[in-house]
Amino acid sequence: MTVQTPAPNTFRNQPDDRGHFGQFGGRYVAETLMPLILELEREYTAAKADPAFHAQFDDLLEHYVGRPSPLYFAPRLTEDLGGAQIWFKRDELNHTGAHKINNCIGQILLAMRMGKTRIIAETGAGQHGVATATVCARFGLPCVIFMGATDVARQAPNVFRMKLLGAEVRPVTAGAATLKDAMNEALRDWVANVHDTFYIIGTAAGPHPYPELVRDFQSVIGKEARAQMLARTGRLPDLLVAAIGGGSNAIGLFHPFLDDPEVKMMGVEAAGYGLDKDHAASLAGGRPGILHGNKTYLLQDEDGQIIEGHSISAGLDYPGIGPEHAWLRDVGRVDYTSVTDDEALDAFQLLCRTEGIIPALEPSHAIAAVRKIAPTMPKDSIILVNLCGRGDKDIFSVAEHLGVTL
Amino acid sequence: MSRFERAFAKGPALVCFVTGGDPTPDATPAILDALVEGGVDVIELGMPFTDPMADGPAIQNANLRALGAGTTTADIFRIAADFRTRHADVPLMLMGYANPMTIRGSEWFAAECQKAGVDGVICVDIPPEEDPELGPALRAAGVSLIRLATPTTDAARLPAVLEGSSGFLYYVSVAGITGMQQAAQTSIEDAVARLKQHASIPVVVGFGVRTPEQAGAIARVADGVVVGSALVDLVGLHGARAAGPVRELTKALADAVHSARETA
Ligand SMILES: Cc1ncc(COP(=O)(O)O)c(C=O)c1O
Repeated sequence: MTVQTPAPNTFRNQPDDRGHFGQFGGRYVAETLMPLILELEREYTAAKADPAFHAQFDDLLEHYVGRPSPLYFAPRLTEDLGGAQIWFKRDELNHTGAHKINNCIGQILLAMRMGKTRIIAETGAGQHGVATATVCARFGLPCVIFMGATDVARQAPNVFRMKLLGAEVRPVTAGAATLKDAMNEALRDWVANVHDTFYIIGTAAGPHPYPELVRDFQSVIGKEARAQMLARTGRLPDLLVAAIGGGSNAIGLFHPFLDDPEVKMMGVEAAGYGLDKDHAASLAGGRPGILHGNKTYLLQDEDGQIIEGHSISAGLDYPGIGPEHAWLRDVGRVDYTSVTDDEALDAFQLLCRTEGIIPALEPSHAIAAVRKIAPTMPKDSIILVNLCGRGDKDIFSVAEHLGVTL
Repeated sequence: MSRFERAFAKGPALVCFVTGGDPTPDATPAILDALVEGGVDVIELGMPFTDPMADGPAIQNANLRALGAGTTTADIFRIAADFRTRHADVPLMLMGYANPMTIRGSEWFAAECQKAGVDGVICVDIPPEEDPELGPALRAAGVSLIRLATPTTDAARLPAVLEGSSGFLYYVSVAGITGMQQAAQTSIEDAVARLKQHASIPVVVGFGVRTPEQAGAIARVADGVVVGSALVDLVGLHGARAAGPVRELTKALADAVHSARETA
């Protein structure tokens, strides 16, 4: 008997049919939700095989969201850092100002396929809330956005945007009143309203099939970027860099490149005040555990109680991370690092002045990591950064941190 | 006969939920004793968690009070073990969420349950699909895994829910979180009748049951009734002096549930 040679390794065949990415992921939800989760999985499998679904998704991305987003070479930032060429995938130019809308378009199409008539979502920075409110207005569905009361206060412009778009914003006061608590409250609403409600989760986390479907919808970022980079430079980038909250913009950029061995990847978590103080870096400072429907790295104490994340960026202060990132880190395909609030704030200002682009605080974390690594790389190497959001929403909190009164 | 079997052999049982460590770990034993004095048949001891996603405000706040008082997993097992030395016959189970139960490994958790004389475990966020996370270890340790059936659990799913579970089947009568309004009595009766066709273990109804009248009505059709938020509210109101009011409410509930035994 001859031993079969193993099939060539691929990093793009996850999750398994039970929603596991290695030991991570899964479906850890209350029994009330389980039948709905299974129905969503069936519906998503059918949608994936339905050319009409893809056609509608692509059409909305092109004409409503404004895709493809540009691939931009940043000459002055490159010169300033004195090493690798820096390129940006400009997802901050999307309608509503971030990558979040890619996923919301996909999920609302699924919701309508399933005959659901009411939408709920959680939001941290408010970007996912705005994107959800936007697609709900576009398709005429009522929506309720759960947002931690702390975030309602620090993201006032986005709260007003959601209201303009017709959404009801429900401030959540439980716990630290940030993203994790908003997600708890959305799950509580969902179990009570499963018959008519669809939960549009904003990142590549939660129970299966959410991490998979969010990744697939966000993969438009990486698919476009890969083709654009090949067309412009005739080669693939040496390094991809993206910020990580739950990990949706990062997995969207990374996934189409995972089987290109020459492309290295780096996910950037929020180190907050520093990894030895309050932060939101669940890979750097957490351990595997179960929360919000999936098994993944979590910030927690020795009894498994969840510890609140902290970051200057409301979109990054989540104590967990999508399960595919947990797996990609354990198998060693992607490197993960972290940068502090102060480093992100410096990078934010650097991009404003060198390129005339005001980034969101989330991708400012990616830029801060690039600032450290680019100078160590040769000048003919290429770093591709996901510029996943614009900074309009952040100017008030940045002003406050810089000691400026508006 | 197991403690569960003896408890249900007498007829409809009153199951009472309180959160461990609420308001403090030191105050919990007296509250558990008050439940026994009031006539409880089965005790559900909540393991506090920072993120109780299936609970309404009453039990959320109880979790926060318990954690605020510094309650640890070790405290919960100490409370359970001490309870067992005081009350040899009253079944006690732990109810909680996956992360605190699995963080040291399911074998560790199951062994601690066994050592402390814990009869069963309800884990809200481990459905049958994720059974390997906790089920095998509990079964090997002889600790019952009690699963939840809900209004959304259809006939096709029910066998999977029952598979590997023991003690009793917990019917969550409302699609929703704890502390909400009770479901209509007729829908409860229909559901219990349906579940009893498939289940060889007792069927117990919970969520939204607050008063002796509600509990008595359900006891006429089900093998047991769970009351949680109404008791937890008393602990919230009276704090360390809650034992008296908890005993009184338990007595009224127990009378209503047990009187259904005679009429049955
Ligand atoms: C612009 C932007 N980038 C990144 C994130 C973090 O989410 P994710 O890691 O899922 O991309 C957010 C979340 O609100 C965001 O608004």
